[in-house]
Amino acid sequence: MTPPDLTSWLDHAPYSLRSGEKSRLLAKSLSDLTEWHRVACPEYARILDLIGCPQLPVESPERVPFIPARLFKEFQLSSIDKSLVFKTLTSSGTTGQQVSRIYLDRETASFQSRILTKIMGDVLGKKRVPMLVIDSPTVLKDRLSFSARGAGILGFSFFGQDVTYVLNDKMELDLPAVESFLERHSGQPIFLFGFTFMIWQHFYLALRDRGIRLPLEQGILLHGGGWKKLQDQAVGREEFANAMLECAGIPRVVNYYGMVEQTGSIYLECEAGHLHAPVYSDILIRDPKNFEHLAHGEVGLVEVLSLIPRSYPGHALLTEDLGRIDGEDDCPCGRFGKYFSILGRVAKAETRGCSDTYENHS
Amino acid sequence: MRTIPDISVEIRVGGSLGTLNTKPLIPFSEPSMAFLSELSKNLLSSQECRAYPDIAAFAYWCRAGNLARMSREFDGRFKRLGRGLTLHIAPANVPVNFAFSFAFGLLSGNANIVRMPEAKFTQSEMLCDEIARLFCQPTHAHVASMNRFVRYPRNDETTAAISACCQARVIWGGDSTIARLRAMPIPPRCVDIAFADRYSLCLLEAGAILECSEKTLSELAHGFYNDAYLMDQKACSSPHLVFWVGNAGQVEAAMKRFWSEVSNIVRDKYELQPVQAIDKFVHLCRTAIDLSGASSFISNSNHLYRIRLSQLPENIENQKGQCGFFYEYAAESYSRLAEIVGDRYQTLTCFGFDAEKIVDFIRDNGLTGIDRVVPVGKALDIGVIWDGYDVVGTLSRIVRGEV
Repeated sequence: MTPPDLTSWLDHAPYSLRSGEKSRLLAKSLSDLTEWHRVACPEYARILDLIGCPQLPVESPERVPFIPARLFKEFQLSSIDKSLVFKTLTSSGTTGQQVSRIYLDRETASFQSRILTKIMGDVLGKKRVPMLVIDSPTVLKDRLSFSARGAGILGFSFFGQDVTYVLNDKMELDLPAVESFLERHSGQPIFLFGFTFMIWQHFYLALRDRGIRLPLEQGILLHGGGWKKLQDQAVGREEFANAMLECAGIPRVVNYYGMVEQTGSIYLECEAGHLHAPVYSDILIRDPKNFEHLAHGEVGLVEVLSLIPRSYPGHALLTEDLGRIDGEDDCPCGRFGKYFSILGRVAKAETRGCSDTYENHS
Repeated sequence: MRTIPDISVEIRVGGSLGTLNTKPLIPFSEPSMAFLSELSKNLLSSQECRAYPDIAAFAYWCRAGNLARMSREFDGRFKRLGRGLTLHIAPANVPVNFAFSFAFGLLSGNANIVRMPEAKFTQSEMLCDEIARLFCQPTHAHVASMNRFVRYPRNDETTAAISACCQARVIWGGDSTIARLRAMPIPPRCVDIAFADRYSLCLLEAGAILECSEKTLSELAHGFYNDAYLMDQKACSSPHLVFWVGNAGQVEAAMKRFWSEVSNIVRDKYELQPVQAIDKFVHLCRTAIDLSGASSFISNSNHLYRIRLSQLPENIENQKGQCGFFYEYAAESYSRLAEIVGDRYQTLTCFGFDAEKIVDFIRDNGLTGIDRVVPVGKALDIGVIWDGYDVVGTLSRIVRGEV
């Protein structure tokens, strides 16, 4: 059996499908992926054999069998021969924690970046933009086994040019580097990328402490990794955006939701402050009591669906995040598809997310 | 009398360690019985305490009548005396367990240092408060002088320092804690009671379940719920395997009757946290991948997961459920148990069987495990005979006079 070819999805603009059509197309492609992984990944096949698998193709995405995202921490789940592994992604995890291992072949890795390009085009346009990474270049030391942080930086660097790191090896501001970058690109749009907590800790607070304000009035800041650590400091979406305006005049701050298990199909925040599912992926909310699919507005466990994973059985994953679908096809921003909120992780679960990779050394 | 050095610990109840009176008493001594029965009375008369079923169970266990019964049933062939000082390492996950351990030590005639779980459970705090109140009363001054409740972070140095002064240690904590404590030097005569990681199962007779009245069925299901769910299947005596005995038709019908009753109770009473639902789901996938004998999976909700086994692997004891996750196997008789039971097996809860017959089966077949055969519903009923030990007997020494 050959894996399904889903590249025709790239013909769809990221937020172009309304619920009915999206659901129908997605169900078909996810069914194809389910069938493929069942043949190609023995562990996945055994799981479906035991928990049961509906007749394929299923008629709606809710019926696609899903597995826990955490399983990738415990088992090496792969649907390709070892010789075809092109890149292994690992999730973040502090010392002693198990990390997810995601095996990519060339095709899957390439599909990831093509889909990410479609999604990012919506924010950045088609041209590469001068880019500042609010992190330290040391994160990328090991090129064969990327951490989630490294994978994120590398993935998004693709959309930038003259990629410059804002922090040095010691996670301190590298002001000379930033200043000469700004001289080179004065008056141009700037793409900034980083992880929420690190931006706060090592960019905003560092600038504030030194009384510096950077001229980034044309900046677009993309950040992700979760709010958990900032919530502890009572910093939410609004406080964060205000802080960026204050320390660097950045007018546009875009949060995203995504995870290493489904790299590529990220969920971007729109101008109205909602996270949006692009056509290539979707969000379902499930009742922790029975895993039944919940209606819009109800809070439950977040399941993520993505068309990308074909080298590993990660197309339908139950996460440990709690969330809520806020609406579908009717966001004031004009994008079609579901929009939703992430309300944090379930209590006392294993920690997940990029911002937890980093131990506070101070 | 030996004194022990003032080791640095947080004293929860009692005076400093250096002032501890380690002179032993006889088992079931008058001061120990008086203390525990008053503790029982006070706990049972406090509405706040009674609201916690585990505190109530402890209080009910150490009521005067039950203490008198235990004393009567205690081996009277020899005169005995407590060993001296006993260190108790209480389990971290069961809030009232430290109180039972303390009571065992006290009833044996020992002075006790009880290391409390680090997590401050409401129940353990309430029990400590009540014990502290009694310690202040002149009538219980003797018991107060002999007992300390302490807290200290997981720390081998402190445990080793106390261990060096002990005549006995009661170690609840699982295999790794036991291994760590065993590596510490103790006085040559010191005895350890080590409660290791154990595995427990439930044996059900299909015919008996089909024939029993609705009322009996409901009691059985409640009993099973208590055994398994009260401690999220984390107690060593909570069942993981449900072994059905009967012919195929009977078993199918009995399963239906039993589980639908259990399922109703669970849905009513059990609060499953979202993280537990994920833990169970991960465990289900793990089971699918690793356990070749798993032939089917049955569940109506995340409250109750059942894995049907087509064959019973010899190492089924490695498969532990959690928060209502059971492995089921059916056979015409329970003789297959002889092939799987090893020394990790602790409690067999049963319904429809004569417990004495099962005990004989264990002895006749020379099984190295199963220390307790009790009716369904009694799995968590801890007592002075536990885990195959006569605890009071082990924590006391024989003083024999020959003519």
